[in-house]
Amino acid sequence: MSNRSGLQAILAVPRVCPRKRGMKWVEDGTENALYTSMHDDTWGARVLQEIPLRKDGNEKVRGTARYVADVSYHGMLHAATVRTRQPGGTVVSITFDDHVPWSEYVVVTAKDVPGVNAVKMIEWDQPVLVEAQFRHAGEPVVLVAHPDPQALARAVAAIHIDERACATAPVFTIDEALRPETRRIVADNVYRDYLMAKGSVTDVETTTDLVFEGEYQTGAQEHLYIEPQGMIARVEDGVLIVEGSMQCPYYVHAALVAVTALPEDRVRVQQCTTGGAFGGKEEYPSHIACHAALLALKADGHPVALIYRRGEDMAVTPKRHPSRSRVRLGASHDGRLRFIDIDFVIDGGAYLTLSPVVLSRGVIHAAGPYRCDNVRVRGRAVATNHPPFGAFRGFGAPQSIFALEVALDGLARALGVAPDVLRARNVLVPGDISPAGQKIGGPLDMQRVIDQALEACHYHAKVEACHRWNAQGHAIRKGVGLATFYHGAGFTGNGELTLRSRAGLRVSAAGVVEILTSTTEMGQGMQTTLSRIVAEALRIPYEGVCVARPDTRDVPNSGPTVASRTCMVVGAILVQAARKLIARLCADAALPPSYSYEEFRAACARLPSSDGVTIITADYQHPAGRDWDESTFQGSPYASFAWACYVAEVEIDTTTGEVSVLDFTAAQEVGRVIHPTVAAGQIEGGVVQGIGYALFEEVRFGADGQMANNRVTNYIIPTSADIPPIRALFQESRHGAGPGGAAGIGELPMDGPAPAIINAINAALGTDLRHVPALPEHILAAMEGR
Amino acid sequence: MRIVINGTDREVHSPPDTPLLWVIRDEWGLIGTKYGCGIGVCGACTVHLDTIPIRACSVPVGSLAGHRVTTIEGLSPDGQHPVQKAWIAEDVPQCGYCQSGQIMSAAALLARHPRPTDRDIDTAMSGNLCRCGTYARIRRAIHRAGKDAPYAESS
Ligand code: FES
Ligand code: FES
Repeated sequence: MSNRSGLQAILAVPRVCPRKRGMKWVEDGTENALYTSMHDDTWGARVLQEIPLRKDGNEKVRGTARYVADVSYHGMLHAATVRTRQPGGTVVSITFDDHVPWSEYVVVTAKDVPGVNAVKMIEWDQPVLVEAQFRHAGEPVVLVAHPDPQALARAVAAIHIDERACATAPVFTIDEALRPETRRIVADNVYRDYLMAKGSVTDVETTTDLVFEGEYQTGAQEHLYIEPQGMIARVEDGVLIVEGSMQCPYYVHAALVAVTALPEDRVRVQQCTTGGAFGGKEEYPSHIACHAALLALKADGHPVALIYRRGEDMAVTPKRHPSRSRVRLGASHDGRLRFIDIDFVIDGGAYLTLSPVVLSRGVIHAAGPYRCDNVRVRGRAVATNHPPFGAFRGFGAPQSIFALEVALDGLARALGVAPDVLRARNVLVPGDISPAGQKIGGPLDMQRVIDQALEACHYHAKVEACHRWNAQGHAIRKGVGLATFYHGAGFTGNGELTLRSRAGLRVSAAGVVEILTSTTEMGQGMQTTLSRIVAEALRIPYEGVCVARPDTRDVPNSGPTVASRTCMVVGAILVQAARKLIARLCADAALPPSYSYEEFRAACARLPSSDGVTIITADYQHPAGRDWDESTFQGSPYASFAWACYVAEVEIDTTTGEVSVLDFTAAQEVGRVIHPTVAAGQIEGGVVQGIGYALFEEVRFGADGQMANNRVTNYIIPTSADIPPIRALFQESRHGAGPGGAAGIGELPMDGPAPAIINAINAALGTDLRHVPALPEHILAAMEGR
Repeated sequence: MRIVINGTDREVHSPPDTPLLWVIRDEWGLIGTKYGCGIGVCGACTVHLDTIPIRACSVPVGSLAGHRVTTIEGLSPDGQHPVQKAWIAEDVPQCGYCQSGQIMSAAALLARHPRPTDRDIDTAMSGNLCRCGTYARIRRAIHRAGKDAPYAESS
């Protein structure tokens, strides 16, 4: 972690690039990044004019950042997991071959779980270790540890799990799950069945001019963070300490307390530098932590490292939920949406885990940022015998947005209206009521976002040029496609109210301010963003603020690092803490109302405190009037949304079916950009993942229901050669609920690329592709079927 | 057998079929070189063999007697190699896990082509995966390093 502090660092002169303000387009050193600011206000007038370097940059270019696999302890044991092989059944017995000297090993099974044998995300349904019944291949049954990795491998080969398969065939698809005669994993194989309704689809469907229908599918997606998952557990002075790669230290803490039955203050969780997560290190780290901990508790004081290799990580950890959407759109001849009727189903896999909340986000985003009086979205999460699907950047929204945006292009073709015109005609404007019943407040202007995207890439000229080119009969076809969408920041509905997050600031007598939060850095730039917010709120230099290591002994629970909530929710709590700190310094340490940095530090030195540090905390404040009814799916589902229009330009080789993305424009209204290069980095990175989701990333499942192509050679993600110039454009109307009017943006860029790219391919080829990933063979087949 | 690692001649104790990566990390404690896939496709383990970038996970250490190996720790003592400076200036790293490998590949490229084209960069760098999607910045940083520094290969 970057805890660079002390006078040296504070006084180091930052590399300051002054940013111009007002309605100017400003280069930030990011290719084509533009910033427009509508208003000037006092928040952000100081620090936000500078673009300081990332807090964690230096250690990451020197190779000195410590990820979990870089940590080792004297006498540390290495651990491995032995798993089920069939897609559901019963463990009859476990045998241990005689030739292995088992006394040298630590072996753990379900019998060794002192507390609850389950990890609770929403329900206590997923066991930490299988007792007898299991639901999917790859469930952990036996854990084993030894100081020598070779000896460990020999032991794993000598453990045999005798399984009795279920009598009925496993279910692996949404259709199989919903068929009444198939294997039941839970009642009706449906975890949740939600309905978001507004107006009445039935009342208008017979009188609507035109109805367009289609079925859309999205595949599973593997996170493939380059750092595999891992945890190290040890017992020190009677305290169980678990460190590792994770997004949510307090989730891990809660899981460990339940599973080990230790008191809360005897369990401590520390995040190591985390090599990418994207949602993939939200829920599963709790399992790995519990496994490492169970071994460590039996290991006579030896620390235990459980670090996954790539193949295991890809096979057993959660992936993005596959989805199927049946979309019916009714419109008047002039292209106004009369009704939106969607049946959205996601495959939850064998345990419930997070599926209900992935589903609710998917349902709420399914009808898009469009004005429509009659909306019906039914959403179901079904049970199958795949390993559970889980959190992945976007969390249900990329799936349902894909279906709607590709269907809208279908509707546009049926109406004979241009795709951009259809969207402009229907997009929500301030004063409108969203499909979830939320009143859209100003000053944001989605039309301006669309206009900015189209102008920046010369959309209309490009569309014309593609037409002319395609008319000439080349083997290479070209097309342009777009998607408009929004993404809600923070937990859905009343989630933030339930979380009741707390964050704090720790101030030393030298005036060094440390942010205390359980929010983790996983590459998204949270250390930089939160430091900047606190620096701005305290009116001190960015260099005077750093972020303490997320360690449950030292930091309060500011909630999980998910849902694009860090900047908006945790940032706002930290602004409150900063205000309390200033008030305290004024009251107790004679800080003058306007002060220099020197005066600030002098006042910190005068603060009366017992051990030289002062800790100030603040709690989440729920915005007044933000109500959400979970049973009707009506109200205000999110405190703010980021709004976007993405445009992709593609070319397709019609002989091979290969697609290249030539150019990509991502325009978004994010309320406020807290750090330009960090924000642009999030957009660029999300777009790259979105390109992979659209074109390359196919999870193939084996007969056992696990990922069969669990190698980096056969699960293909984008490389530098696959990536076009990405134009990240920002508008900042200050509409968000976060500091200075910021909304969250981490997940937003995952939503747009897949529909924009598929729309571009369909425009180029005259096809009607309705799924991702669209592999070359699918494209060739779609051309056949034109 | 012996290998020159970051300028120091060192004895190898691991069996000859051990992948170089594990000798670097486990025997020599140089943890800047990362494991990402173990099969030579992600590039996280890239180091220099003499001046050539190689995937340390896929090279048995026994084949390297007498060669020079350079890791991220040996690129510069203080993070001031032109490529590292360019990486900082362009704010390249996100999670950082791929970046040692990216930097080693880029340094080897620039040693061969002090002014690489975009195509040279794609060819040299397409074996280094970055799931955070920092590719555009990596490209800019390579151009910057080529421009800013009369490029001197330090390995
Ligand atoms: S770990 Fe060597 S190439 Fe991936
Ligand atoms: S910076 Fe995260 S994988 Fe490259």
